[in-house]
Amino acid sequence: MSILGHRVLRKEDSRFLRGEGRYVENLPLDGAVAVTFVRSLLAHARITGIDTTAAQALPNVQILTAADMELGPFGPPPFPGLDPGMGRPLLAVDRVRFVGDIIAVVVSDDRAVGVDAAELVAVDYDPLPAVVDPHEAAKDEVLLFPEAGTNVAARSGSPEHDEKLFDGCDVVVSGTLVSQRMAPCPLEPRSAAAAVGPDGRITAWLSTQTPHQDRMVIAGTFGLDPAQVRVVAPDVGGGFGAKMLNVEEVLLVWLARRLGRPVRWTETRSESMVALPHGRAERLDFTIGGTREGKVLAYRLAALQDAGAYPVLGAFLPNLTALMASGVYAIPRIEFEGRSVVTNTTPISAFRGAGRPEASQTIERALDLLAAELGMDPAEIRRRNFIAKDAFPHTTASHAAYDSGDYEGALDLVLRSVGYDELRDEQRRRREQGDTTQLGIGISTYVEITNGVDETEFGEVEITPDGGAIVRTGSFSHGQGHETTFAMIAAERLGLPVEKVTVHKGDTDEIAKGTGTYGSKSTQIGGAAAGLAADDVVEQAKRLVADYLEASPTDIVLDPALGRMHVAGDPSTAISWADLASRASDDGRLAELKAEREFKSAPSFPFGAHVAVVEVDTETCRVELRRLVAVDDAGTLINPLIAEGQVHGGVATGVAQALYEHVVYDDDGNPLTGTFVGYAFPSAADLPSWEAVEMETPTPLNALGAKGIGESGTIGATPAVHNAVVDALAPFGVRNVDLPANGENVWRALQEAKA
Amino acid sequence: MTRIALTVNGSRCDADVEPRQLLAYLLRDQLGLKGTNVGCDTTSCGACTVLLDGESVKSCTVFAVQADGCEVTTVEGISQGRELHPVQQAFHELHALQCGYCTPGFVMATISLLKENPNPSEEEIRLGLEGNLCRCTGYHNIVRAVQAAARAGA
Repeated sequence: MSILGHRVLRKEDSRFLRGEGRYVENLPLDGAVAVTFVRSLLAHARITGIDTTAAQALPNVQILTAADMELGPFGPPPFPGLDPGMGRPLLAVDRVRFVGDIIAVVVSDDRAVGVDAAELVAVDYDPLPAVVDPHEAAKDEVLLFPEAGTNVAARSGSPEHDEKLFDGCDVVVSGTLVSQRMAPCPLEPRSAAAAVGPDGRITAWLSTQTPHQDRMVIAGTFGLDPAQVRVVAPDVGGGFGAKMLNVEEVLLVWLARRLGRPVRWTETRSESMVALPHGRAERLDFTIGGTREGKVLAYRLAALQDAGAYPVLGAFLPNLTALMASGVYAIPRIEFEGRSVVTNTTPISAFRGAGRPEASQTIERALDLLAAELGMDPAEIRRRNFIAKDAFPHTTASHAAYDSGDYEGALDLVLRSVGYDELRDEQRRRREQGDTTQLGIGISTYVEITNGVDETEFGEVEITPDGGAIVRTGSFSHGQGHETTFAMIAAERLGLPVEKVTVHKGDTDEIAKGTGTYGSKSTQIGGAAAGLAADDVVEQAKRLVADYLEASPTDIVLDPALGRMHVAGDPSTAISWADLASRASDDGRLAELKAEREFKSAPSFPFGAHVAVVEVDTETCRVELRRLVAVDDAGTLINPLIAEGQVHGGVATGVAQALYEHVVYDDDGNPLTGTFVGYAFPSAADLPSWEAVEMETPTPLNALGAKGIGESGTIGATPAVHNAVVDALAPFGVRNVDLPANGENVWRALQEAKA
Repeated sequence: MTRIALTVNGSRCDADVEPRQLLAYLLRDQLGLKGTNVGCDTTSCGACTVLLDGESVKSCTVFAVQADGCEVTTVEGISQGRELHPVQQAFHELHALQCGYCTPGFVMATISLLKENPNPSEEEIRLGLEGNLCRCTGYHNIVRAVQAAARAGA
């Protein structure tokens, strides 16, 4: 019986449960000095002087500034359309552009002394007007990069309007969805260390999702052959899209080279809240039109993306929003225009969903708004517009090529699971009674894209001398459980118990290549590559067994239940992996039991349907999430236990956006949510239990049938909860509540509706 | 520097500490107990939770000198050899951890919670663990693990 599809407990748990996690901060590094960054306290200013006298007077302290820096700016990623002139100086040169920009670096023997010294560095600022609101930034009155002449960092879609877009529509409605700025908040703040060997070779230990890509960027930055750089990502305490190579890690390598000593740095949380990139921060103005029967004919979106002070991945997000604009609906005509602007705020990058939640949040609100206008049930309008189950593969008007799906099936399942009709009855009763605790029911049916840019991943399988196996993967795991899932995939192919398979990752010296983990792509490409490599090892093993049994390789079969190979029809003379490995070791032929593969795939499109049930107190405006039922279909599940865990965490983040979290700046660009005290990261007391319902529609894109599951819960949950809050307030004439739909925003919506 | 003496995981330790030294860094940097993670600087996340004379505290909010003469238990001190503590075992079996960074703090907070209330309701668990944050699990399986540990008499 195959182990795939079973709820196998995680192999990696033990070290975390015992407090033996190998996070960067926990690694010993002899002789390392501590690095502390002096960060800008102003959002936009000229630096007119830096006085380090008092700081330098502390014992064993060294301070470096832009005057010491020979490297040019850290450029934006090479995405089409990003303005390359908006690079970020590694140390601020003359000007700071957000609270958190790095002005100087303190190197000290003692970490606490380093913090003392950083506080003694006196920076003279000449304040400049700050621009925080992307709408203001788009006016180009205050420029972050005067030499660029504009704050617009990137454009997407087309500014051309088809005047006939809404022709034939009986009903046309418009609205605005602001997908508010969020802080990714991995529980482990970033940590990095770097050392240079006697041969000049660099080793960087990074809390990152992308060790191999980081190695290439480090090599490129310092003009080195990649072979001269080793990146090690040990255990990483969550990433959520935000942990990829940034200026801090580059500075650590620069310092290690310059000082000739190992250096290390661990971010404080308050530092992380301004320095680790944020996510979302996209405003979408939408117009949707359809027939009286609820058939959507046309959809127009204008996205304004706040890229933060320096455009990185965030500036590119509207492209993903554009691609996924159509959602699960067959919309004949779609128009998209996107602009990304720089503002005096923390840069925006990827955060769990990255561009796709924004698409889903918008189309799902738009559908509900259209349904409200038509007096139609939100479930019904969705049914009338789904891409049909038999229409796959299907290319949308927004140019996404969906692989497989059963959107109506997901909706049916979620409505049945939640007891939709009974809930509507209860809602009706409360409305008729004028209950001060109103019930809101919100639906979202969503589709998202995983492995979004057709990536390739590397996998290697090697039989060890004791007859076990090592899987080496270029994919990375910072909580996703690859050490279990990928072991299961290889174990199943090899016919080994999962305990005998060990997964290695994250060290560029050991793993030949890799892309890392983001965009929910690990299993479908990394897992698939490991599976193919295991298949190759089986074929190679059959040749070896054939030699030993003096048979033809084509006659050798693997008994996957017992992990033995024998001539077909003659199981009496079988060779187990342990016997084979032992014999091959003795004969110097063990290397024949090793194979590497790369697997490339087109994107896959997980989908699902969520229903949220909220209660809103119409007197206090308190919002309480009562239930969230989630159907998430990510194709075939390798380990349903781990997949469910991904859904739970994803849903919690989606709900956090719907009800709680929001990174806020004042008009001068001062962060008002710069710690975990001010930022509304929900605890267990703020959330209910989740009702996750499995559904599996395999993708034809890989042999596993697997799509990505890491972000779907987030993408599905926010609009369901958002729609539920608006639905609760419908009797008061409320058609929109701004995100997060917390008490304050509910109160505002009720006030507006009364006005 | 102030000389303090405390018992950590059953062993007596003497340490010279600066008055401003936090217990979390005494444990991590001077005593080498890296299981106590630090996730914030505002006593919000609970990753650094340890037991001080049997009660859970956030060790980032206790000065090392305050632990003078006290008994401290960290995550390294709760299992019997390779055998996991029932709370650790429940977290494993219910998949109540993903990246693992918040886990030692949740385990220590749970031990303290179940000592005070051996049979908590779901709501009592959620309120009891309000001071610990997790970004990965959505808390669902953590709550289930605490319930399982309670049933196991942890």
